[in-house]
Amino acid sequence: MTAMSAPTAPQAHPDSPGQPEPQSSRRRRGAAVPYALLVPAVAILVLALGYPMLWQTWTSFLQFGLAQQFGKPPTFVGLTNYTRLFSDPQTWAVVGRSIAFCLVNAAITVVLGVLIALLMNAVGTVTRLVLQVAMLLAWAMPVIASMTVWIWVFDWRRGIVNWGLTQLGLDFTNHNWLEQPLSFYFVATVIVVWMSVPFVAFSVYAALTQISDEVMEAAALDGATPRQRFFAIIMPMIRPVLMIVTLLQVIWDLRVFAQIKMLQDAGAPTASTDLLGTYIYRLGVGSSDFGMASALSIFVLILTVALSFFYVVHLMKEDS
Amino acid sequence: MTAAVLPRRRLRPGRIAASAVAVLVALAWVFPVHWMVNSSLLPNTVLTSTTPRFLPVGGSFDNFIAVINQGTFWPALGMSTAITLTTVVFCLLFAFLAALAISRFRFRGRASFVLTVLFIQMLPAEGLFIAQYKLMSSLNLLNSVIGVSILYIAAVVPFTIWMLRGFVAGVPIELEEAAMVDGLSRTQAFFRITLPLLAPGLVASGVYAFLQAWNEFTIALVILQKEEYRTLPLWLRGFVQASATRATDWGQVMAASTLVAVPVIVFFLIVQGRLTSGLVAGAVKG
Repeated sequence: MTAMSAPTAPQAHPDSPGQPEPQSSRRRRGAAVPYALLVPAVAILVLALGYPMLWQTWTSFLQFGLAQQFGKPPTFVGLTNYTRLFSDPQTWAVVGRSIAFCLVNAAITVVLGVLIALLMNAVGTVTRLVLQVAMLLAWAMPVIASMTVWIWVFDWRRGIVNWGLTQLGLDFTNHNWLEQPLSFYFVATVIVVWMSVPFVAFSVYAALTQISDEVMEAAALDGATPRQRFFAIIMPMIRPVLMIVTLLQVIWDLRVFAQIKMLQDAGAPTASTDLLGTYIYRLGVGSSDFGMASALSIFVLILTVALSFFYVVHLMKEDS
Repeated sequence: MTAAVLPRRRLRPGRIAASAVAVLVALAWVFPVHWMVNSSLLPNTVLTSTTPRFLPVGGSFDNFIAVINQGTFWPALGMSTAITLTTVVFCLLFAFLAALAISRFRFRGRASFVLTVLFIQMLPAEGLFIAQYKLMSSLNLLNSVIGVSILYIAAVVPFTIWMLRGFVAGVPIELEEAAMVDGLSRTQAFFRITLPLLAPGLVASGVYAFLQAWNEFTIALVILQKEEYRTLPLWLRGFVQASATRATDWGQVMAASTLVAVPVIVFFLIVQGRLTSGLVAGAVKG
């Protein structure tokens, strides 16, 4: 749900070898048992996710707006919602902004995360501990609490950022950061990067600690420069972790609803700052255009599933 | 733990520079947390003055007292607690049963179930909340603990299944079988041998579910639209919304944020070792 939700479960010992025997006997005795065990989980998933997904798919083909809210039966309109949606420049603006925001944020987060992981690896125990505690605190903060603090930090009247910049000789007195889309996204990026970097840094640092000292020593003795060591040894060794972390970052940065909504609530114009989540919210909850909102939701789901594909394949590979 | 430094303990200039940068980065990352606590302890007169105060000198808990006595805090805390507890209990129960099924049995549909679970845990709330809103409105469960809890359980259960599956599979079945050879029934073997070994996994999963439910914003915003039914994150949002139009007592807002954040930070720090080691095991194997 949030970027905090990172951990992958502790790796099980692969449960395949050596087990077929008890299982085959078990299968005969209680073939229904595993299915019975799955019933509660499946039931709640079907109710809370399966049904809404079907409803949403169906509704995306219906004319379902305010009138239908008040009892008029919805009419089947085929792909009209989709064609209306994707011939609307506003949709493309939102989609474009979302993708750009997501890629920029993921890139900055991963680069900073790797740099900080290298830093953790390079400093002594005490300094590393200080850095790790700071990262953990930022990681642990609830999203909404973080948002209120950052909004206060960037507050146009008495925010510390405006004060600091004014002290430096720039006139930022009463500068409103949220008014212009570009500076709005700048603030959003600062916040999202701040809250996402710890996960990347800790994951990459964990991978770095797996690189054996001997390899690095040998490389140093052979005269490899730090730069060569980074690209020829460290990068290949941390590549698997890096790929997974980057993929997760991209997926998570597509869903920055809470962050954008909170910044908008703090007084930003919505039309020019909407990303996919807040736009769907406005279509659905704001103007009750459930047909259009459903169509756009389906688009978001397809996008996420496509992106998640590689991650899921990776997890499945680990499982077997 | 530390890797790749040759003759250690020799303070080279590069190392000193790295340490300096590390401390600066740490300060930058911890600043917002510090600023939240600092502002929460200072009176509004200090916060509105032209020079900021970076340490809570002469601070007090007045902001906290004001926020708590405001009347809206307790109902929000009640909502958050009820929803979080419901989510944690049912999520653990459902996920545990499912984890048993997929790690202790081979059955037709197992692989596709695991695959579905993995995909489901990636689905964004943003892609479904409109439909979930309609569902809850047709069930008359808008503005209710049950309505939100159902959606939360479904959102958290997939990852919890995946997490617990690892722990269940980590308890060798031979252990259970040995106990049965020694005369315990299957049920006894399970409760006396397997369950105690699973306790750490259940705790970790429970904390995960707690953090998710306690912090969740998107679904709550859509389902809990009446002010009396706000959870703590929605209650916090109320302060930010108010700040858009009128001068805000930021000291009180930061006190409110601190109240919401502290239990989360404490919980997170307690389990983080386990969470990150799980993360490491998963990611490093790659």
